[in-house]
Amino acid sequence: MFDISHETLVAFSKSWGLFYLMGFFLCVVVYAFWPSNRKRFDRAKTSILERDDKPWQ
Amino acid sequence: MNATDRMIGRLTSGERQAALILCGLTALSGAALGLAGRNDVVGWHGLLMLLFAGGFGFLLMTRLDMAEPTEDRGASYYDDPIKAGIVLAMAWAVFGMFMGVWVAAQLAWPDLHFDNGWSTFGRLRPTHTTGVIFGFGGNALIATSFHVVQRTSRARLAGQVSPWFVLLGYNLFCLLAVTGYLLGITQSKEYAEAEWYADLWLVVVWVTYFVLYLRTIARRREPHIYVANWYFMAFIVVVAILHIVNNLALPISWGHAKSYTIWPGVQDAMVQWWYGHNAVAFFLTAGFLGMLYYYLPVRAQRPIFSYRLSILSFWGITFFYMWAGSHHLHYTALPHWVQTLGMTFSVMLLVPSWASAGNALLTLNGAWHRVRDDATLRFMMAAAVFYGLSTFEGSFLAIRPVNALSHYTDWTVGHVHAGALGWVALITFGSLYTLVPTLWKRERMYSAALVEVHFWLSIAGTLIYVFAMWNSGIIQGLMWRTYTEDGALAYSFVDSLVAMYPYYIARAFGGLLFLIGAVVGCYNMWMTVRAVPQATSRTGDQPVAAAVPGE
Repeated sequence: MFDISHETLVAFSKSWGLFYLMGFFLCVVVYAFWPSNRKRFDRAKTSILERDDKPWQ
Repeated sequence: MNATDRMIGRLTSGERQAALILCGLTALSGAALGLAGRNDVVGWHGLLMLLFAGGFGFLLMTRLDMAEPTEDRGASYYDDPIKAGIVLAMAWAVFGMFMGVWVAAQLAWPDLHFDNGWSTFGRLRPTHTTGVIFGFGGNALIATSFHVVQRTSRARLAGQVSPWFVLLGYNLFCLLAVTGYLLGITQSKEYAEAEWYADLWLVVVWVTYFVLYLRTIARRREPHIYVANWYFMAFIVVVAILHIVNNLALPISWGHAKSYTIWPGVQDAMVQWWYGHNAVAFFLTAGFLGMLYYYLPVRAQRPIFSYRLSILSFWGITFFYMWAGSHHLHYTALPHWVQTLGMTFSVMLLVPSWASAGNALLTLNGAWHRVRDDATLRFMMAAAVFYGLSTFEGSFLAIRPVNALSHYTDWTVGHVHAGALGWVALITFGSLYTLVPTLWKRERMYSAALVEVHFWLSIAGTLIYVFAMWNSGIIQGLMWRTYTEDGALAYSFVDSLVAMYPYYIARAFGGLLFLIGAVVGCYNMWMTVRAVPQATSRTGDQPVAAAVPGE
């Protein structure tokens, strides 16, 4: 088994723990502001206001 | 034909048999638990499971030979379980809020436990929290999630029996929990008091819920998954993880209610508050934000102000909340850096929380006349405001030096209720007043005036409650940290208790107003189904104005 000390674990979580959070945040921002997604989001937000109350078949 | 006939009549005979087998299996498990635990108080819970499953089994058995359904199911949404869920949610609301008023009154007038063991504060208090959070909130979440996922996916629920299993199985869990507290069964973990057998049962129910939700999404005809579904899915997935990890425990025997958690000491405390705070995040916030992102735009007939912002706040909430739980353990044996981590993430949480609250209010910007005229929309607007206020307060209270003053005082209780009454309950009532006429295909609610009455009772009740607790909490905190010149405590604990007396009366009164509001809401919904004529077109009870782009 690997012998991981408390200090090693804390050092790892303090460095990479922060990086992956920031990395993930960047991915989400890119997804939200990606220009070609704009049309999809605009359609999504108005789609719930359509009036028919039946499943599409 | 009564409602039970109609609902069971919509199942094919194969589905009725499958449902009957499920009832049989549940009843057998109950019988086994009852036999194994016949010398322990858990035997009563075996009997309860047997009677609960047996009762539904009887309903099915007497209707096995009913005619097969003739309708084309793919052409309509499956609304029966949603209707039942709304009824159950409102019934639990009245029960849970009544218990809340009772325990609040006990704090002012301790004689109200009437010298019984079962009605002491320690046993009644969790029946209030479980009744309102899991009974009222949980049933409302299941019902609205079934509604939203079908409408936004343009697909029918992926099952006929499984939605009923989820709804009724979940209510069996709530019953086991609440009756257990009265019998003295508890594992003493806040918001997770139910013992091991009820916890195992909830795992089965919850995994079924998750699979049903995923399968319905997989059937969708609408290519994009609307953001409300993401919130509901985060709610279902994370609650499953939290519930399983926090309730890892070993029963002392199969026939005994008592179990011991596998986590020792401070780890147990950390796991419990990782659970506890994320229960606030994913049970009491994520799912209700799902309601907000669907019912508020639908009621206002305006698309959400910014869809991009809703995506950013979704991922912000999902990632930040996970780390915030340790702020419940400031100044304890928990390592200092873990406390600091929890404090930091709690402060960061303000960003995605205010993003959602602001997104909701900006959606209404330009339609304030409708907020003025329509109490249902006003419920949702007020909910967004309370959401913004209580998340600000939460971030503030999580700062360690502030927590030194507020912890163990009524300030915490006031904060929780600003969130639970002002945000969770108000968004639920707003959603239900939108949903009830639509679902039962009625023109409108029975009485708009009664919705108005309910709104003002709720607002008055919440404000009285929260202001009373702010006052009493800060007084308590200050009294406990006041020293004399010789360095001794200036006030005894009893001194601080005496100072609380007027605030405890005010708190019970605020809660009573809120309870009366809920009862008015029940009557209004009941009369809507009973006495309001059917809508000619299904667009009844929706504002006639055309959709206006929000951004």
